[in-house]
Amino acid sequence: MSKHHVLTTINGEPTEFLCEPQLTLLDVLRDELRLTGSKEGCSSGDCGACSVTVDGRLVCSCLMLAVEAEGKSIQTVEGMATGHDLHPLQQKFLEHAALQCGFCTPGVLVASKALLERNPDPTETEVRYWLAGNLCRCTGYDKIVRAVMDAAAEMRGATP
Amino acid sequence: MSALAYTAPSSVEEAVRALAGASGLAKVLSGGTDLLVQLRSGRTRPSLIVDTKKIPGISGIREENGAFVIGAATPGAVIGENEALARAWPGLVEATNLIGSTQVQGRASLAGNLCNASPAADSVPALIAARAICVVVGGNGKREVPVESICTGPGRTSLARDEFIIEFRLPKRAPRSADAYLRFIPRTEMDIAVVGAAVNLTRDAAGVITDARVVLGAVAPTAVIVADAASALTGRKLDDAALGSLDKAARAACKPISDKRGTIEYRIKVAGVMARRAATIAYERAGKSQ
Repeated sequence: MSKHHVLTTINGEPTEFLCEPQLTLLDVLRDELRLTGSKEGCSSGDCGACSVTVDGRLVCSCLMLAVEAEGKSIQTVEGMATGHDLHPLQQKFLEHAALQCGFCTPGVLVASKALLERNPDPTETEVRYWLAGNLCRCTGYDKIVRAVMDAAAEMRGATP
Repeated sequence: MSALAYTAPSSVEEAVRALAGASGLAKVLSGGTDLLVQLRSGRTRPSLIVDTKKIPGISGIREENGAFVIGAATPGAVIGENEALARAWPGLVEATNLIGSTQVQGRASLAGNLCNASPAADSVPALIAARAICVVVGGNGKREVPVESICTGPGRTSLARDEFIIEFRLPKRAPRSADAYLRFIPRTEMDIAVVGAAVNLTRDAAGVITDARVVLGAVAPTAVIVADAASALTGRKLDDAALGSLDKAARAACKPISDKRGTIEYRIKVAGVMARRAATIAYERAGKSQ
């Protein structure tokens, strides 16, 4: 079977890989490029643990073929921190203990970042609807929502 | 799926040739939010995937002679962000944005929702109520067909193997027109319709409905145009009597199945309620739009 040669950009870095056509972007991120931050929860687009952005648009990397990454700009959770400096969302997730097992966390972080880039001052309802496609079986969501709201406030420069 | 091939043609002609020349099953890929799930589960085993997204014009929204044209592969999120479209067709936009999560909206398209041919597809009743036309391309050239002629049953369409949809054309909006779509699900997000109802109508300056179209989803093998419901509304104001006739006509048009989402009796009852509520919203919206 012929493999496709794909040229793409991941977290700002030009990246190339070879892949078979049936592989998803998630398969290649994890197994080929060893970017294992994106998680495989359901493989059917229901859980959001594999969330990445493609040209700034939030998607499930399990619902996209890896060959479709050609020419695109992809952001994963690995691109959120700057060196050892965590992104404000990551810092607030730690402060609020907004995770327990942590499996959903990378997807929630990527999705929350995409939200705050569009809407720096979301209401709680807007946060909950935006994150409806990110399932968390541990926290009950309240801590996640509080962490996102707090990170949004900090990123706006608002005083708590 | 060991012999799967993928191609992303940059023209309609190339895509049609690829579809016609496939040795086995060929599948058209737009957003992929249904297709990739079916690939993974083994429900579909194509030998070729034809990704249409590199065809010019297949993604994006434009206005032509005062009417909207929506590219077949335009993601739901892009449709939701178009304010002019949402002003003219609020029901179609709200129906489209009900499909899946934020992540799914980043990819899911109208053509995919239609050609997946689920009886519960959210955008399909709204497209039909809007009298949207599909521009279909294939080996025999281009043809324009109403959206309601595409689905022939669950998972089945009337498209030939070398055909696909390139765009949806909405009619020009008359003054005081609006649409609405409501979906009943047991929670608030991320679910599949138990019943969907789309109503598109036009009223005159006195509030009399001059034109109406009522379409139900998830109550039959394909979306149902309820002609009796439309005639129950036309020529009257939306008073209790009109709503009562609408409810009755909507219930009479249902041929649902019982499944885990609802029984036959429940779906029929809810269809009448959803139709009434959607009509009320569309009527109020039409009164505000000039």
